[in-house]
Amino acid sequence: MAFPNGRRVAIVAGCRTPFCKAGTVLKDARAVDLARHAARELVERTNLDPAKVDEVIFGQVVASPLVPNIAREVSLLPQFPKEIPAFSVNRACASSNQAITAAHDQIAQGHADVILAGGAEALSDIPILASRRLSDILVTASKARTLGARLATFARIRPRDLVPVAPAIAEPSTGQSMGQSAEKMAKENRITRDAQDRWTLRSHQLAAKGTADGRLTAEIAPWLPQRAGGEVVVSDNGIRSDTTLEQMAKLKPVFDRRYGSVTAANSSPLTDGASAVLLMAEDVARALGYEALAYIRSYAVAAVDPGWQLLQAPVWAVPKALERAGIQWKDLGLIEIHEAFASQVLSNLQGFAEKGWEINEEIINVMGGSIAIGHPFGATGGRLVTTLSNEMKRRDVQFGLISVCAQGGMASAVVLERR
Amino acid sequence: MAAITWEVAEGVAVVTLDCPGAPVNVISQAVKDEVYAMLLALERDPNVRAVAFFSGKADNFIAGADIEEFVQLKSAAEAEQLSRDGQAMLDRVAQFSKPIAVGVHGACLGGGLEFAMACHYRVATDHPKTQLGLPEVQLGILPGASGCQRLPRLIGARAALDIILAGRSERAAKALRLGMVDEVVPPSILRDVTIAAARRMADRGVMLRRRRGGLMGLLLDGNPLGRLLVFRLARKQVLSQTKGNYPAPLAALEAVRHGLTHGMAAGLQREARLFGELAVGDVSRKLVQIFFATRDLKKDFGVPDAPSPAEVRRLGIVGSGFMGSGIAGTAVVQAGVDVRLKDSDLPRVAKGIIAARAIVDERLTRRRISRYEHARLVALLSGGDSYAGFGGAGLVIEAVFEELEVKRQVLRECEAILPAGAVFATNTSTIPIARIAEVARRPEQVIGMHFFSPVARMPLLEVIPSGSTAPQTVSTAVGFGRRLGKTVIVVRDAPGFWVNRILGPYMNEAAHLLLSGVGAEDIDRAMVRFGFPVGPITLLDEVGLDVAQHAGEVLEGAFGERLAPPKALAAMVKDGRLGRKAGKGFFTYRGGKKGPVDSSVYPLLGVQPNGGIPTADIVQRLMYAMLNEAARAVAEGVVHTPRDGDIGAIYGFGFPPFRGGPLRYFDDQGADHVYADLSRLAERLGPRFEPCPAIVELARARKRFYP
Repeated sequence: MAFPNGRRVAIVAGCRTPFCKAGTVLKDARAVDLARHAARELVERTNLDPAKVDEVIFGQVVASPLVPNIAREVSLLPQFPKEIPAFSVNRACASSNQAITAAHDQIAQGHADVILAGGAEALSDIPILASRRLSDILVTASKARTLGARLATFARIRPRDLVPVAPAIAEPSTGQSMGQSAEKMAKENRITRDAQDRWTLRSHQLAAKGTADGRLTAEIAPWLPQRAGGEVVVSDNGIRSDTTLEQMAKLKPVFDRRYGSVTAANSSPLTDGASAVLLMAEDVARALGYEALAYIRSYAVAAVDPGWQLLQAPVWAVPKALERAGIQWKDLGLIEIHEAFASQVLSNLQGFAEKGWEINEEIINVMGGSIAIGHPFGATGGRLVTTLSNEMKRRDVQFGLISVCAQGGMASAVVLERR
Repeated sequence: MAAITWEVAEGVAVVTLDCPGAPVNVISQAVKDEVYAMLLALERDPNVRAVAFFSGKADNFIAGADIEEFVQLKSAAEAEQLSRDGQAMLDRVAQFSKPIAVGVHGACLGGGLEFAMACHYRVATDHPKTQLGLPEVQLGILPGASGCQRLPRLIGARAALDIILAGRSERAAKALRLGMVDEVVPPSILRDVTIAAARRMADRGVMLRRRRGGLMGLLLDGNPLGRLLVFRLARKQVLSQTKGNYPAPLAALEAVRHGLTHGMAAGLQREARLFGELAVGDVSRKLVQIFFATRDLKKDFGVPDAPSPAEVRRLGIVGSGFMGSGIAGTAVVQAGVDVRLKDSDLPRVAKGIIAARAIVDERLTRRRISRYEHARLVALLSGGDSYAGFGGAGLVIEAVFEELEVKRQVLRECEAILPAGAVFATNTSTIPIARIAEVARRPEQVIGMHFFSPVARMPLLEVIPSGSTAPQTVSTAVGFGRRLGKTVIVVRDAPGFWVNRILGPYMNEAAHLLLSGVGAEDIDRAMVRFGFPVGPITLLDEVGLDVAQHAGEVLEGAFGERLAPPKALAAMVKDGRLGRKAGKGFFTYRGGKKGPVDSSVYPLLGVQPNGGIPTADIVQRLMYAMLNEAARAVAEGVVHTPRDGDIGAIYGFGFPPFRGGPLRYFDDQGADHVYADLSRLAERLGPRFEPCPAIVELARARKRFYP
């Protein structure tokens, strides 16, 4: 066992909001609203006595300056006692993995019995910043003692200072955007456009199937409209059951228009959503009458030079996690790989194959992945844990793996066990 | 034990009023004597330079004058003297040789505010429980301890009349804006700030305040001509609101006017005289009776040796329609409980939550809550199309379609998932609770809760135990109803319960009148003049003719011909004239506003308005139809006491409060008169007016409902 002195940690249940493309049906919700919705519905579905929760941990990548600690706002839901501490984490796209593994550690060490972990992102609601010069002027003006001084400060504002600054999805260390990195990986790993489009098609078809047969919708807490005339959202809105290779082939590459292969179709879309997972110490879950979906067997994180292949760190994280779990790749019965880009998934798989591991697509992303379902950065890990543990129960699979690549050249891998 | 104690520190006497053995402070004769004694002692104490006055109660300053003393008054002269005594004491306070500052936390009402106004400096806490006002007119009297003089002098005639004539109270922030208090501070520093103010006044003298109010204040309050306009407008408004049925606001207006015109002394004299007249008047007596009845009802759980109500932290509601969402919104706003709505499909649930949220939104719009509190309350509302979350509910209220089998099905489903001790309440107006409870596994935990529509506004709740309901269930339902801010009466599980049972014949009789050619507007006007907020025909439109028809059929089914609604009304329903909700009923509606009578109604009913009958005859037929049925229902034990019956009628459908309720009204008419009149009506109009056995017996024995 990886944690010989610790308690085993059970995944009791998980649930999430529908994942919806940014700027669509969830555009009026803030990340905190989505997070609270997922958390609250999880409590409703599990009939959990909210007073039993010892800690709330949430992941978020682009936090709102107005809600800097989203987890605390979740733990301040009126259904909870106000005395539940909470913290928020940021490990980029693996943020809710981080929330869940942090929860694991707290429980394993006996610091907590029950933790609500999850993540949220509202990419419809990213903070737009004022230019540095404008903020300097505003700060100076707020300190001015006289009206005259204040006006003089304001007089320094030039039109170009008023242009707002939107945060880009780019590496601060290299300036390379995610898409450019994905493009780089496609080229260096020789992943063809056709292979990427085929993976994309697979993602949509499997996600459509998972939605149609209710496996995906089962983990979704429907989002109810906040105003009269709004629509009830019961499923993810980026999944295209009718898409074809021909349609996708028509799209121009976005990041390298001449020699590129990464398109809007074979990338995950900007998405709004939140997820929440209920974790408990094994004995506590039993005492409270809950049946675990799965247990956390091990986890690991890794990082590579962001200037190399930004999203290839899973190839380091996964072996570490397997080693800690004391199992081998071939013992895995189900695998969930986060799909930031099809080129990244195929690069990761290539990296695994180079280790001599056999790639069995039958057990990978069996309900599609982030390309089809969407990728609210901070929420994806919670979705993967929920989807995987539910499917492990359905198929009665003993070992499952989650692999998530993340900005900054990082990755997180988690091994779950059924019994 | 003394109510008033003080200690002197650094020149300031810090006084505490704490009426022994009472939850709140009231100004009784004993307290007045103590005030005089205190003032005398403090005047003589050379160490005392100023006074700071506080309440020793947790969240109450002074609730008002002692009403128990007030009801003992026998004559107008005696009442006038009581008023003069109060005025004299407050004059002594106001003229006291050393400055007095009061620190107000909690309710500061009636005599309490009059006392505070007589002092020289007022500090109030920003706590929501801190309310300042003069509610006297609600008891049919006026502020008789110089309130009608001091308030207009403090804040101007316009603002003072707003408060006095409506019997309103204001929160601290508003009171500060109006000038009723000098400072508003957090409770934690009330004491220090008040003592400092007292000391400051001792050092520098009492500051004269300049009255705020700007140009409008100067134009309206600041000169006799402007005031004339203010009084004329106020009088007009009072008359349109009271229809001349309530003398107190007009008397208060006169007291204020007289004082501002002829000076304080003359004003005080007039105020006391008017107080004396009002205090022993019939209207005040009735309003005070209702006050006591409502107060007593709050302690009555409707079962002997009631167990204390189970704490409900989570409420499940099945059915998110108009009633369900109304209950949900009210529960969130009033009781702050976690609410889970369930309906058959999500769009319906969403609609229900949005409607419930509108009730919370309204509190925000009216600035009764902050936007943070609003966000917290909104987060208490959620729902789904499954029973998820019901496992933690202490109480479920179903508000689904009025059909026995549907309600039974909901009961079965809920019992399967609810925790063992949870109460299942059914919101019905027509189905016997016992019939629903027949299918229950735990019938002792099934009860009826009959809400009135719209739930957020209607103050009454009927709680209906079936034969097998446990006392614990009753007290939990009653207790929760009170947390919703409702006045709760426990009634017997008989068709129509109480309110609809006695309203039925009244509405039927209105229809009979209509069909005999009396104009709809004439009927309504007669009853509004009698004191109802709306007339019966308007009420039919508001309730919905289909709903009324269904209720009528249920009563007819249970009690036969006597309560049969006239058949011609069915023509209205058939024609789609369902009332306001359909945009057409007896009246026309344009853009949501009620217009005149729809003249095409008369041909539809096959009548021609024929000028009708005298107003008194309209009132008599409608009221006696109601009284006859009410007496019958009381005899059957539908309500436990006449008190419950009267309160139910007043809060349930707006029976004129100044008449004390239908059973008080009956007593006032006299059983023999009612008997004789009913007999005459029966002869003329048919057996539905045949005096019921209970009335026959009351008339024979010359008895009353109330002792």
